[in-house]
Amino acid sequence: MGVFVFILRRLATMTLTLLLVSALIFFIINLPPGDYLSNQIAELRSTGQESGVAKAEFLRQEYALDRSLPEQYLIWLGVWPGPHGFSGILQGDFGWSFEFNKPVWEVVGSAMWMTILVNLAAVLFVYAMALPLGVLAAAKSRTWIDYLSSFVGYLGLATPNFLLALILFYYGNKYFDLPIGGLMAAEFEGQPMSIDKIKSILLHLIVPTFVIGTAGAAAMMQRLRANMLDELNKPYVTTAWAKGVPPVKLLTKYPLRVAFNPFVADIGNLIPSLISGSVLVSVVLGLQTIGPALLSALKSQDQFLAGFILLFVAMLTLIGTIVSDLLLLMLDPRIRFDARKR
Amino acid sequence: MSIQSDGRYVDPAPYSPDDQGARIDHPEFDAPGWVLIWRRFKKHKLGLISGVFLFLSYLMLPFMGFIAPYTAKERDADHLYAPPQSISFMHEGKFIGPHVYKTTAIADLENFRWTYEQDTSEPAHLSFFCHGSEYRLFGLFKSTRHLFCAPEGATVFLFGSDRLGRDVFSRILYGAQLSLTVGLIGICVSFVLGITFGSLAGYFGGRIDWTIQRLIEVLRSLPELPLWLALSAAVPSHWGPVSVFFIISFILGLLDWPGLARAVRAKFLSLREEDYVQAAEMMGAKPSRIITRHMLPNFSSHLIASAMLSIPAMILGETALSFLGLGLRAPAVSWGVMLNDAQNLAAIEIYPWTAIPMIPIILVVLAFNFLGDGLRDSLDPYQT
Repeated sequence: MGVFVFILRRLATMTLTLLLVSALIFFIINLPPGDYLSNQIAELRSTGQESGVAKAEFLRQEYALDRSLPEQYLIWLGVWPGPHGFSGILQGDFGWSFEFNKPVWEVVGSAMWMTILVNLAAVLFVYAMALPLGVLAAAKSRTWIDYLSSFVGYLGLATPNFLLALILFYYGNKYFDLPIGGLMAAEFEGQPMSIDKIKSILLHLIVPTFVIGTAGAAAMMQRLRANMLDELNKPYVTTAWAKGVPPVKLLTKYPLRVAFNPFVADIGNLIPSLISGSVLVSVVLGLQTIGPALLSALKSQDQFLAGFILLFVAMLTLIGTIVSDLLLLMLDPRIRFDARKR
Repeated sequence: MSIQSDGRYVDPAPYSPDDQGARIDHPEFDAPGWVLIWRRFKKHKLGLISGVFLFLSYLMLPFMGFIAPYTAKERDADHLYAPPQSISFMHEGKFIGPHVYKTTAIADLENFRWTYEQDTSEPAHLSFFCHGSEYRLFGLFKSTRHLFCAPEGATVFLFGSDRLGRDVFSRILYGAQLSLTVGLIGICVSFVLGITFGSLAGYFGGRIDWTIQRLIEVLRSLPELPLWLALSAAVPSHWGPVSVFFIISFILGLLDWPGLARAVRAKFLSLREEDYVQAAEMMGAKPSRIITRHMLPNFSSHLIASAMLSIPAMILGETALSFLGLGLRAPAVSWGVMLNDAQNLAAIEIYPWTAIPMIPIILVVLAFNFLGDGLRDSLDPYQT
């Protein structure tokens, strides 16, 4: 029963956190004076297009932008009756994107899946890179493998993501004929899923995944290496060596399993930074994730779009953290989250 | 050694108490803490080099106008997108001192770009301590003296020039003034918030602790960049560069403190039970005095090390924000603003030198990382 109670409790905390986050986000978005529509109305007035003003005024009332801020927040959240059927996020109405002039859901619907895909790929990449390299660097510590991997890791940590993206794109295209920009070839956009489309997406994912994941992978690798080194110095490892256990088995049987714990637990810290990175890289590389939409929405004060995307990003992080906790629970029988007795 | 009448042995050498005291078995246990830290830190070669590098970089900040051959806003309309020039010493096999060659722009109407032709027949000597355009030393005194400037009729674009014909090298030096200090201000904000909240939570515990803990959890679970973006989008566009600079560094620090607060809290929880804290409490010291006088000095060195490790994140953050056009804006010069020019693939392909500002960024970020690592390793002098 422990696990289910644990999951339930975590979900409850997550809901509470999301509520707090939504208030925070709403507050931040409304920090700049004015909103998209009042800016637009002012612009229309000054250029003398009275017909457009009426429409903007209508939208303003429709989405309750003329009310007080707390009221706006409650309406946006969906716990307060909005005017004319704008029912708020909790009831599945994410609002209207004034900039794109269509519902928020239509703007970001497909981009959300792409965001999840890119981040999932990045997480997998981080593990696929950090695990073997970290173990190898620890097993062959103070050899060129160790030095090379930490050098590359440090470099990845220090290079600004967006530049790494540009440079890799340039050279990837020049020498390996990798596609430039976007998440799929142009002819597949709007097409139903097919083998070719998946292939195209995978090919386009290579550089972004690498760029987003490098910094995280470097940090993780260093940590795994340190943990492994601690473990490898223990007497039981020496005993195993003396008894002639083959190296691979010796490494993976116990030391790796012990060193692996913090590695999984770290996913909670990893995911926020990965998502940060993916937003930035998406903007630079023009990936069809929520990154570019977020940037333009923030710049033009398109508040429902920006608010929804920020909330979505926060939710993605929180779910990722819960998943990591569950993985940890399955991996290590010593960890029990419920009933901590003192 | 002489034998006394009662059979005792006595050393005839004069007795000096100082002599005896100085001979301790382990002199290293008796040195003050900072000496021990320094001794260990010296062994961390990379950290040492990084420390010296950073020290010099910050030391140079007020003199950047003097070192740079041009000012940040000086335009050379005849040399747009000029490639990097090298300073040579030998001309036709003879040593004639540092000089450059004149370049002239040729419009390549086929590819619509500028190409430059070097005229190697006539060397143009660099002049030193010469008069150039006006800048302010320390931001106060007007001066026109530069370490070196371009010879008459020629240019000295060490790292090339950008799309408006401004010298990339000079702009990197000027940009350092903002890019390097943004992290410092950010870390100050983060420190004040982190230490205040962390020590409150750790010292008082109970309900305060619970509230602050939840706050930390919420902030830590959020991705930084989107929040940074949202906050900087809220900066009014009519503000001047100076206020934008301060508000951006404030924003960078605003989201960084939770990690620090957590560390401070954990430390306080354990220190709270120490005897000397209890003694101070018994003697009636106020919480504020106990926190600032007795507890904080105990791990100030740890705080410094962790500061070193979080400054790079802020420098990268500033770069990212400015790069996206939401951080510092155009009249201000920072490395991120400069990289804004290198935003597209065409720039990387045709004018790769516009991306040169990434080199100082990488160097500084690496240096802070190494310095922080070195400090962290050497902070526990009694540990072997």
